[in-house]
Amino acid sequence: MSWMLTNGGMFTELLGEHTVLSLLPTVIGLLLAVPLGAMLRGLPRARTIAVVVAGIVFTIPSLALFVVIPGLIGTRILDPVNVVLALSMYSLALLVRSVLDALDAVPGDVRDAARAMGYAPLRRIVAVDLPVAVPVLVPALRVVAVTNVSLVSVGAVIGIGGLGSLFTAGYQRSYPDQIFAGIIGTVVLALLLDRLIALAGWSLTRWRRTAGAAA
Amino acid sequence: MTDLSTILLRMLEHLGYTGLAVGVSALIALPLGLLIGHTGRGTWTIGVANALRALPSLGLMTLLVLFIGAGIVPPITALVLLAIPPILANTAAGVAHADPATVDAARAMGMTERQVLIQVELPIALPLIVGGFRAATLQVVATATIAAFVNLGGLGRFIFDGLALYDYGRVLVGAALVAGVALALDGVLALVSRAVAPGRHPRRRATA
Repeated sequence: MSWMLTNGGMFTELLGEHTVLSLLPTVIGLLLAVPLGAMLRGLPRARTIAVVVAGIVFTIPSLALFVVIPGLIGTRILDPVNVVLALSMYSLALLVRSVLDALDAVPGDVRDAARAMGYAPLRRIVAVDLPVAVPVLVPALRVVAVTNVSLVSVGAVIGIGGLGSLFTAGYQRSYPDQIFAGIIGTVVLALLLDRLIALAGWSLTRWRRTAGAAA
Repeated sequence: MTDLSTILLRMLEHLGYTGLAVGVSALIALPLGLLIGHTGRGTWTIGVANALRALPSLGLMTLLVLFIGAGIVPPITALVLLAIPPILANTAAGVAHADPATVDAARAMGMTERQVLIQVELPIALPLIVGGFRAATLQVVATATIAAFVNLGGLGRFIFDGLALYDYGRVLVGAALVAGVALALDGVLALVSRAVAPGRHPRRRATA
């Protein structure tokens, strides 16, 4: 604890870095996964291929991806862009499957009702399908955010910033206090993001409670 | 240099860490998950295990090295804690979601609670349990790379040695090997999960 108190400035800086490095890929992944998933629903063959590719991407260990990306796109090995790119790929891979599952879970009669009311396909997807899909999507988004927080901390072994650098620094200096501060920081950040996303999902699905019956 | 025998040795070490960690996790999470799923009691344990997912493996491992010294215990402990949540959650969910009519029928036939659990609920839950093992193995095989950071072996050796020596080729060899091992293991477990699936379309149930 004493390390955190005497190094508050550095701790806050690393915490901020960690937040950006884990949150940015989550947002990028979501922004790409939603239109991609909506598009793939109408293309069964492309959908099958996309799901297989997503599975392969997700199987590649993050550390391997962190060190391979600089060789592919010509960035320096310590460039934060590598981490953001690698984690965005994971987030997209996980979320696109959930978007597909979520859209599949939209009841057929809801979709038919929207169509009967004259909703054009795009408007129906945005105004009807996606809101109904939120309860399925939110748990996946929580998993992605928490996973990203933990993967960023692993990136410290190859010199990426964030709270994980407290683990490597504390280990090299045999200073448990510093490692402890890093663990507290990452756990609190992960749980906080998890709660925030759950809360956002809850406020987005008010119709579930006002309508009475749970879907 | 990265000759073939070194590669083979590192790969065996890596698989050894993975097997040991997943094995120890199974000894803890499997009986616990069966018990929770069968009795419906102690579900808070799953909540605690899920919160464990937020615990950073690297932090835990380095902290343990400073407290109890170098060796195999710190990385394996960190990996075990990583593997427990998916196995525990999936086992409990699989058993808890076994069709009540089937379970009641087994009881009506005079099966004891132990028989119901082992002969009825466990086989029904098997696809989900295998799914849990698959997720756990995937995470452990990826994270076992960090064992090399505290001077142990495994495929992470190539990555860390390569980085220290500015030998990017070696880093790439390590990365490719880790990815290859992960994909191969996942492929094997995919075959296992297909073998235990009841029909062509295994039922998927979301765990809340």
